[in-house]
Amino acid sequence: MKELSKEVWVFIEQHSGKPAEVSFELLSKGRKLAEKLSGILKSVVIGHSIQAVAKETFRYGAEEVLLIDHPDLKDYKTLPYSRIMSELVSHYQPRIVLYGATFVGRDLAPRVASFTRSGLTADCTDLQIANVTYLRKEYQDLLLQIRPAFGGNIIATIITPGVPVQMATVREGVMEKVAAESSREGKITEIPYTPDEMAAVIKIIERYHEESKVNLKTAPIIVAGGYGIGSKDNFSLLHELADLIGGEVAGSRAAVDAGFIPPNRQVGQTGVTVRPKLYIACGISGAIQHRAGMKDAKKIIAVNTDHDAPIFDICHYGIIGDAMEVIPMFIEAYRHKLK
Amino acid sequence: MGYKSIVLVKQVPDTANISGQVMRPDGTVNRAKLPAIFNPEDKVALEVALQIKDKYGGEVKVITMGPPKASDVLRECLYLGADAVFLVSDRKFAGADTLATSYVISQAIKKTGDFDLIFAGRQAIDGDTAQVGPQTAEKLGIPQITYAEEITDLRNGRITVKRRIDGGHEVLESPLPVLITVIKSAAMPRPFQAKRVMAVKNARSLLDLEKMTESNSLLNIDDLKVEYISNNLYIPTYTVDDLDVDPDRCGLAGSPTKVHKVEYVVLDGGEHEEIEPTKEGIDHLVDKLMRDHIFG
Repeated sequence: MKELSKEVWVFIEQHSGKPAEVSFELLSKGRKLAEKLSGILKSVVIGHSIQAVAKETFRYGAEEVLLIDHPDLKDYKTLPYSRIMSELVSHYQPRIVLYGATFVGRDLAPRVASFTRSGLTADCTDLQIANVTYLRKEYQDLLLQIRPAFGGNIIATIITPGVPVQMATVREGVMEKVAAESSREGKITEIPYTPDEMAAVIKIIERYHEESKVNLKTAPIIVAGGYGIGSKDNFSLLHELADLIGGEVAGSRAAVDAGFIPPNRQVGQTGVTVRPKLYIACGISGAIQHRAGMKDAKKIIAVNTDHDAPIFDICHYGIIGDAMEVIPMFIEAYRHKLK
Repeated sequence: MGYKSIVLVKQVPDTANISGQVMRPDGTVNRAKLPAIFNPEDKVALEVALQIKDKYGGEVKVITMGPPKASDVLRECLYLGADAVFLVSDRKFAGADTLATSYVISQAIKKTGDFDLIFAGRQAIDGDTAQVGPQTAEKLGIPQITYAEEITDLRNGRITVKRRIDGGHEVLESPLPVLITVIKSAAMPRPFQAKRVMAVKNARSLLDLEKMTESNSLLNIDDLKVEYISNNLYIPTYTVDDLDVDPDRCGLAGSPTKVHKVEYVVLDGGEHEEIEPTKEGIDHLVDKLMRDHIFG
């Protein structure tokens, strides 16, 4: 068997020259994986006039940038971007390729995995390197791709033992962004790009993009509601509490699906992962996907009418009661102390 | 005129509604007991295809891959107005990850004939990967539009689609054929048509018919199939022998991702302080949080 590569690649997502947070989080994780492999971390930067983005990846540990710079590549488009990634991966056969589980990453990665016939695991909540025995065969340094599955009732560790390239997507906030100790300069390798006839078949007629004003990741306090809150109107009470104590409002997936709160405020495996000082979970049962996104909060208060709700197993303070009654008491008590 | 659409659907365990009956005494979920349902976003995909047919004419075919029981969702598709449905089912297809699934499905699509549009739900609720759509498009060598929330125009062989992106939306125009994955807000599925339910509720796949012959020795599979075909109640069924597929790329064998370990989530009942839902209880809690400098 051909010697396997020891390269870890991170696809760097950028919008009009502004890199996505998740890409740096993945570089931070990728650096650790590369160390474990005694390998090398590379970033793949595709776009136009993006030298600054390329250089910024060195700060997070990239040792080399594969840079593809062309006016046609200014905005993300499925076909040219996936062709570039597919050809690069086929040519260099990196051992690991990581993508943010964003709208872009989830559009791009499956296409690349299909072309290169690589394994791809979506929405991983943890990545590790380990030696594995699978079907009585020993594999060195496999990527363990860990994710909740099956409605969150199980946690699965996925491996791709038989293929040279292992790919995974990870949601924003799951990995912690850590700048490298020494910011060394790296090498920039420019890869030429020539558009093919498929590159422009899809035309962008309009693109509307607003910087999200919601930043759950940096909020010190989060007041979160679940399906148990009952309605969008009832969520206003959570907003009132959050405003009072300087927090942000968030929701579980069930609350988002029910339309109580917008998707950019979803905490959990398929939403944002947060690590606030205080997390107040109201009417949230605490399925594993939700817990995956908030279990590292320093203090967790759970309010739920069901004393068997799994959220009580990870909270520090548990209140068995109706959030609609408990929150006003909380607001009252807090106001009183401020006086 | 009109457009030929293919809709990809999946039967999934209803992971969103886990009741006490499916829980084992040790607190884990008995998957076999979960009810099987029509994956919600795939139903939306079918509705989008049906609306295009209503508006421009054409036809809607539906393909599913799954165990024999997956013919349940195909009957539902017929009730809703699909013109033809196809079951892709074989033991050799079992255990497929998204790569092997998209390979078999793309070969099944080729077998059902030419098409203008392929629709699928963004993702299935049992895996939430959102990978089979894009991977199928790649295998067919056609463009894709994911996260579609509205078809805004369709004319002269080009389709205009509004899709969601991070923090906003974009409008894309694509030539046909194209594969489109839709999100929940793209359409509201219509109710069953009672007349169609009456007409096709006895539609059966080859595997359904085989099961009937197993339990009744007087029945002969070939005769039964001819009878169902002549009554327009036969659901075409593709096994590994019917498709131009390399068995090494199907099912578990063709899946690069393997499940190494599965841990059932059993909560250990960690220690926490119980707070009474009373004024005194909450006062005490707020005091504590203030002392610990949790606020500001």
